[in-house]
Amino acid sequence: MNRSAIDLWVGVFVAAGLAALLFLALKVGNLATFTDTQAYQVQARFANIGGLKVRAPVKSAGVVVGRVAEIRFDNESYEAIVSMNLGAAYQFPRDTTAKILTSGLLGEQYIGLEAGGDGVMLKSGDRLRLTQSAVVLENLISQFLFNKAAEGKEAAKEPGKEPGKEQK
Amino acid sequence: MELAAVRQAFERLGRGVNARILRLGFASRFLAYLLLHSGTALRRFRLTVREIYFAGVLSLVIILVSGLFVGMVLALQGYETLQRYGASESLGVLVALSLVRELGPVVAGLLFASRAGSAITAEIGLMKATEQLSAMEMMAVDPIARVVAPRFWGGVLSMPLLAALFSAMGIFGGYLVGVRLIGVDEGAFWSQMQAAVDLREDILNGVIKSVVFGFAVAWIAVFEGYDAPPTAEGVSGATTRTVVMSSLAILALDFMLTAFMFTGGNR
Amino acid sequence: MPQAPVVEIEAVSFSYEAGHPVLSEVSLAIPRGSVVGIMGQSGCGKTTLLRIIMAAHLPEKGVARILGRSTAELDRDGRYGMRRRMGMLFQFGALFTDLSVYENVAFPMRELAELPEELIHDLVMMKLQAVGLRGAAQLMPAELSGGMSRRVALARAIALDPELILYDEPFTGLDPISFAVIARLVRSLNDSLGATSIIVTHDVQETLGIVDYAYFMAAGRVIAQGAPDEIRRTAEPFVDQFVHGKPDGPVPFHYPAPGYAADLELAAT
Repeated sequence: MNRSAIDLWVGVFVAAGLAALLFLALKVGNLATFTDTQAYQVQARFANIGGLKVRAPVKSAGVVVGRVAEIRFDNESYEAIVSMNLGAAYQFPRDTTAKILTSGLLGEQYIGLEAGGDGVMLKSGDRLRLTQSAVVLENLISQFLFNKAAEGKEAAKEPGKEPGKEQK
Repeated sequence: MELAAVRQAFERLGRGVNARILRLGFASRFLAYLLLHSGTALRRFRLTVREIYFAGVLSLVIILVSGLFVGMVLALQGYETLQRYGASESLGVLVALSLVRELGPVVAGLLFASRAGSAITAEIGLMKATEQLSAMEMMAVDPIARVVAPRFWGGVLSMPLLAALFSAMGIFGGYLVGVRLIGVDEGAFWSQMQAAVDLREDILNGVIKSVVFGFAVAWIAVFEGYDAPPTAEGVSGATTRTVVMSSLAILALDFMLTAFMFTGGNR
Repeated sequence: MPQAPVVEIEAVSFSYEAGHPVLSEVSLAIPRGSVVGIMGQSGCGKTTLLRIIMAAHLPEKGVARILGRSTAELDRDGRYGMRRRMGMLFQFGALFTDLSVYENVAFPMRELAELPEELIHDLVMMKLQAVGLRGAAQLMPAELSGGMSRRVALARAIALDPELILYDEPFTGLDPISFAVIARLVRSLNDSLGATSIIVTHDVQETLGIVDYAYFMAAGRVIAQGAPDEIRRTAEPFVDQFVHGKPDGPVPFHYPAPGYAADLELAAT
């Protein structure tokens, strides 16, 4: 085995390895996952997030437009604060509603966005005011009243950022 | 009488632990020296390229074939389970996540340890047994810089590429069985996979794992070779130890890295 | 002696384990240009002495002054600097099995001297010509016979024209022809390079034929020294036994044992 043959094989090997990485990144992974530069972050408060997890998709009209970045618990309002990264390509009006939905009967939970009619678009750091919590069967009946109360409380004070505990 | 036996057992245990800790200390010092004297291997990169050939290219066949089969089996088994819950479209997700996160780095690492790691140990051990390392030392050439470091870096650089090839091949195998053979919808197979596999959380973490495993295997392999008693039995024992120690190290590190990486963001 | 000795060992003691001295109070001086044999049985400390000379071990007591500098004063770079002026032939050659004959001889030139490729080629060919193996340049070490690999290793040892050449058991396991070839090469290379050679060996008769001076070692001490003729005529019983290969003498044929009769249970019960 002479030198140039070794060089050739190593070259082929490295090229193939990099191609495999590229394949994993492009075809298998979702390179379109919104990285910090291409995304803007908005927040929403939910009385109950059910089984929502970090990295759950954010969908609008069934299209994935972003992902849940962080879930925290607010010690003052006893609510969950969900931060989500939305793709810069997707713009939503300010009065968009965020709902925690379930794909299928037993599937994973995701956030559904329903666009409102406001002319002003959401920008980074904004908060979605209209939210609808996850449906927990046990709480189904009391859900409506609870949400009303929560919204009333929220309207009463400005959103103060409180370093809350990260929730799994 | 019994007390003496108990005491003896404890003394043996203590000596055993002591010897192992001593060895770990020696291995760490060896690693530090190796890293400090890696200049030659990186400056004269041809030396390392040669070792990439022996560690990487020669492991290619077993990695590709194993990857393909692991992927195909995953698809067959996964389909059995998933279709019971009517979720056979998620087959792509199952295959891709299992491979990228776990099986790719771990199985490729195990194969790498037994194919390339043992070869590195045997080669360095034989060079030591036949006084080639002493000869080098006598020629004022540092054998760690000239012989050990290129093999170490060749291993470290080959391993992530091999793991990526393993995963890619496995996903291809899963595609062959899932889509071509069983008939899962092709669009759903890829799109669900893409929706579920995250570049940073899954793929990058898988690559990090493979880099860590490559580092561990290469370290164990070169150390066992360099530390082997310079006899035929010594070298064969060291080769076996490389495979055993590397496999255990991979599994232990995998557990730690998984616990570290994938809790919190798990779906 | 007109010049300072190349190797000067003064009352050197050394032990691997405390309480088991391998060398005790060894002294010798090797003048420039000579070929010197260090002989003795296996385990008499001659290989350890060689390792002291190549600065692989430091003396516990005494001074080893090699090429004018005490080995105890050298750091890693100093040690390597000293070894660049030395060549060493290992027992079985210790050729690099993954390199061809050509690359083996070129190895020290590539590693230690930044020479242009053409010059390396010419030098390698000269060294291989000196040992008569120019035609084997492209062979791999596995394709060589024992005598040939020893010659290639010799070419490698003299690649950088060393001032001091060390031989560790250069004759072990060679057939008589190869033996004669190596022995003649050792002598002729030493003279043509103007180097100094030290041969550590237990092949007494043949080595006495080429050396200028010989030291005999036993149990970590120098027990006899002198020119080959003096050694052959010595009255020292150990050297006599060794040189003439007598099975019994100061070195007994029998390993220490209790009485033969007792072992056979012939003694009265």
